[in-house]
Formats: sequence, structure tokens, C-alpha cells
Amino acid sequence: MLQIISGAISLGLVWAIMTIGVYITYRILDIADLTVEGTLAMGAAIAAQAITQGMNPYLATFLAMLGGLAAGLTAGLLHTQLKIPALLSGILTMIALYSINLRIMGKANISLLRVDTVYTVFEKLGLNATAAVIVFALICVLAIVSLLYWFFGTEIGSAIRATGNNPNMVRAQGINTDVMKIIGLVISNGLVAISGALIAQSQSFADVQMGTGSIVIGLASVIIGEVLFSGKNFYSRLISLVLGAITYRLIIAFVLKLGMPANDLKLFTAITVAIALSLPVFKKKIHPVKMSFQGGQ
Amino acid sequence: MLSAKGIYKVFHPGTVNEKIALRGVDLVLNEGDFVTLIGGNGAGKSTLLNCIAGVYMIDQGSLEINGQDVTKLPEHKRASMLGRVFQDPMMGTASNMSIEENLALAFRRGQRRTLKWYISNKERALYKEQLALLGLGLEDRLSAKVGLLSGGQRQALTLLMATLKKPKVLLLDEHTAALDPKTAIKVLELTEQFVQEGHLTTLMVTHNMRDAIKHGNRLIMMHDGQIILDISGEEKKNLTVEGLLERFGKASGEEFVNDRVLLSK
Repeated sequence: MLQIISGAISLGLVWAIMTIGVYITYRILDIADLTVEGTLAMGAAIAAQAITQGMNPYLATFLAMLGGLAAGLTAGLLHTQLKIPALLSGILTMIALYSINLRIMGKANISLLRVDTVYTVFEKLGLNATAAVIVFALICVLAIVSLLYWFFGTEIGSAIRATGNNPNMVRAQGINTDVMKIIGLVISNGLVAISGALIAQSQSFADVQMGTGSIVIGLASVIIGEVLFSGKNFYSRLISLVLGAITYRLIIAFVLKLGMPANDLKLFTAITVAIALSLPVFKKKIHPVKMSFQGGQ
Repeated sequence: MLSAKGIYKVFHPGTVNEKIALRGVDLVLNEGDFVTLIGGNGAGKSTLLNCIAGVYMIDQGSLEINGQDVTKLPEHKRASMLGRVFQDPMMGTASNMSIEENLALAFRRGQRRTLKWYISNKERALYKEQLALLGLGLEDRLSAKVGLLSGGQRQALTLLMATLKKPKVLLLDEHTAALDPKTAIKVLELTEQFVQEGHLTTLMVTHNMRDAIKHGNRLIMMHDGQIILDISGEEKKNLTVEGLLERFGKASGEEFVNDRVLLSK
């Protein structure tokens, strides 16, 4: 049981970085960015290929992030400069990445057994494989949360938050909303690529199919985090995403343990997300009067 | 301060829905002018304001603000010179963000956004002082989400945001139209106060004839995409609603058609 829980926590932590990426586009920018499905696999592909070529795993993970930044930039340019709807520009980039990822890896998957990964250092310190992932992923998550907390408190960061909230107002305040959307997409996909690289190294393989359905997992984690842990300020909201990602993995581990076939996992996740997303509708039906008071005098 | 020459704006050109919204509008606002702009439905008032602000690019003509040619400048680049308040109270503020965050966005209008951390205590003190001028008690609610405010409060806040950094031209697009009468009066009083104190060059679209006559030193009336009346000075001071309607009839050869205007007469 302890093994299952620690496994879920380690998985949750590496996926938390992806969850934060999804949060930036879905909640902050108000864009459902499907690029991340391709970016996650891309991060894994770049890291796996670079590591098997003998590159330092930390450098390889950094390289993976750069790939993610480029993917986000592409989606951002398609959306803002060529005026392709955000959903479509994400799908286009995602599909393009599938081919690109195959080219990067040269085949559909790469094994990372018996090579040094970012976790090896911690294993040499005497930790077992799962604990090593937990320790390193936790360091990454905390660093990323702190960095983002700082960033979204700066002038540019605030402008990005406002862009997702009311682009008309933001333009009226002299801010180029296109640039803000691009920055948001770039950061988001950079994070997702890091997550992909860390996932590949923790599971010892990269697969071109890895990203399929990842947006839904990210959304599920975001929503679980918001419903169960959400706090008032931005810092606690970021932490709630991490807890959401871990909780999602615990739930999955639990239902698998209860005997649900692994093949049904994605269906289960999709239904969970659909229910969570429709909660506001049900809440309104149950407490119609209470809701109508919201929104001021 | 503002100079528009021969502005044409056509929507959906070449289709059955083609609509010439502005047909050769010439308008010069002198420094310190407070111009009220009135006209019937579809006269082109809001289109003119949106063209000045850069929401729409004009099809013909030229635009200058403060001596600078802005004809081809995108909306966000013109914003440094313009303060804007919209008809919809939701339009001018970011509802998920706090009052002080909204003010901080406006305080930096026209500046490059950097990686500096937001809102110093000095800035906060300034916001408090400015919010107190509104007389709505918002100065004690700096960190409250704007989404919790009423329409009138949001509109007053937007007005403050539009003038926090002194604009070359203040554009008010029927900014009291969505408010209840009492709140509308309050927001108009604040508008008058801000414009007077800041000596702001202002262009205010209104659907209310009495407001158009009462406020400002100049009144412009639009009809069918053109400016048909431009009244200022003593003539403006002595204007009445009846007189204005009569002059509209003479200038346009039509009855004044705008339900809202007639109702609010």
C-alpha cells in the first residue's frame, strides 16, 4: 500500500509541472491549448534522445524545455498573428509535433534503462528509485512554483493575467495582448516539456504516444486542486495545483487497486473531468437563489 | 489635440451587409475642449470613438492625436495618449483582479511593462488618495476583486483609471447608459470634476440630450455617419432640447429617431 501511495506521489509530482502549464493557459489565459499533448511527448523525446546520445541528463531536460518553448511560440504565432482560433492552432501544432517527435526519436519509443537520468544522483545517495523521483521532482516543483509566483506578480505577469480576464481593457491600457498570449503559451509549453522529460526519465522510456489524453489529465488535476485545496492568493492556488495532480494519481491508483481495468483509465478520467466541469451548472440548479446574489449590488 | 480628416469607415464591404458607418468625418478638438457627441441610432458615434481609439482601422482619411499621426497605429500603441470609458461597465476593468491591480495596470499605461514587482507602498498610497475622490469608500477595499463591485462603482473606477495617467484625449462612450439614473448622475458629476480639475480634452458620447447640453463647451451631433451640427460658445450655453431637435430637423431633413434619446428628453 505504501508503495502504491509513494508511486502515486512521485507520478503526481512530475505531472504537477504539466498541470501548472495547463493552468496557465486554461485558467490564466482562458485558452484551451491542445499543443501540450504534443509538447509533453516532445519533452520526453528530446530528453530521451539526448540522454541516449550521451548528454548530461540535466542539460537534456533543459534542451527539452527549449523545445517546449518553441512549440508554445509556434502555437502562439499561429493564433495571434495568423488569427487561427486558439483551439485549432493548438491542434495543428500538436499534430505537427507528432511527426517532429518521431523524427527526433527516429522510432516510436526509446528506452532509458541503464542510462544516467536526473534521478541517478539521488539514487547514488541511497534513495530508492521512487524516492529519488519524489525528491528531485519536489525540488523542481518548488522552484517552478516560486518562480511563477514571482513572475505573475510582476508588471508583465499581471498584464498576462489581465489579458485572460479582459483583453479589451488590457489593450486600452496600452498592452499588446498578442504578445501577452504568446508569452503565456511559451511558458506553459516550456513547463509541459520539462514535465515530459521528467516523466520519461522516471518511467525509463519515451513514447511518441505519451501525450495522448494528457490535456485531460492536466485539466482533471487543475479542477481537483481547485475544488479540494484552492486558497485565496496566487501562491496557495499554485500549491493547490500540485496537490491536485498528486490527488489525481492517488485516485487513479486507488481505482486500479479496486480492480478497474487499466484500459478504462482514460474513460474514467474523461467522465471525472466532465462531471467536475459541469459542477457549476448543478450547483446553480440546487441553489438558484443563492447564486443570483453574486455579482454585487 | 485631436484632428480627424475625412474619415471613412465601411463595415462588411462588398457584401449585402455593407454599411458605411462614417462618411467623411472631419473633427478637430482643441486643447481643453469638452465635447459632447449626440446622435440617433446608427449615426456612427461609437464607431467614431472606436476609430479614434484604434479598435477599428479607418478605411480613408487621417487621424492625429497631439500632433502625432496615428492613422496606422494599433490600438495598444495609441493607448498611451487616450483614456477610455466604455458603455458596458464590465469592459473597462478586469473583474478577477483587485482594485489596486486594476489601477496599477492603468497607472502604467503607455509604459513598457517590465519584470518589476507590482505596486509599491507609495503607489498604494496614491491609489487610496485617488479612490477617496470618488467618495464611494473604495479606498478601504484596495484588495477587493473588481468583480464584486456594482456597475456604478466599476464605472467610477474605470473613469479613475482613464485619468490616473493624464490622457491627451479622454473618450467616454455612453459611459452612463448602462447605469440607473441616480448612479448615472453621480458618475457624470465625477466626470465633470475630473475633466475640470485635469483640464482634460474630452469627447463624450451620450444618448441624453439634457446631459449633452448641460455638460461641456461644445456639442456635436452626428447623423448617418456625418457630423451635421457643431455648436459651441454662447450658442451652446443657450441651447435647449427643443432648439436642438429643431436644428437637427433642419440639418438632416428628418425627424430625430432614437427611442432612448426621446425617452430621456
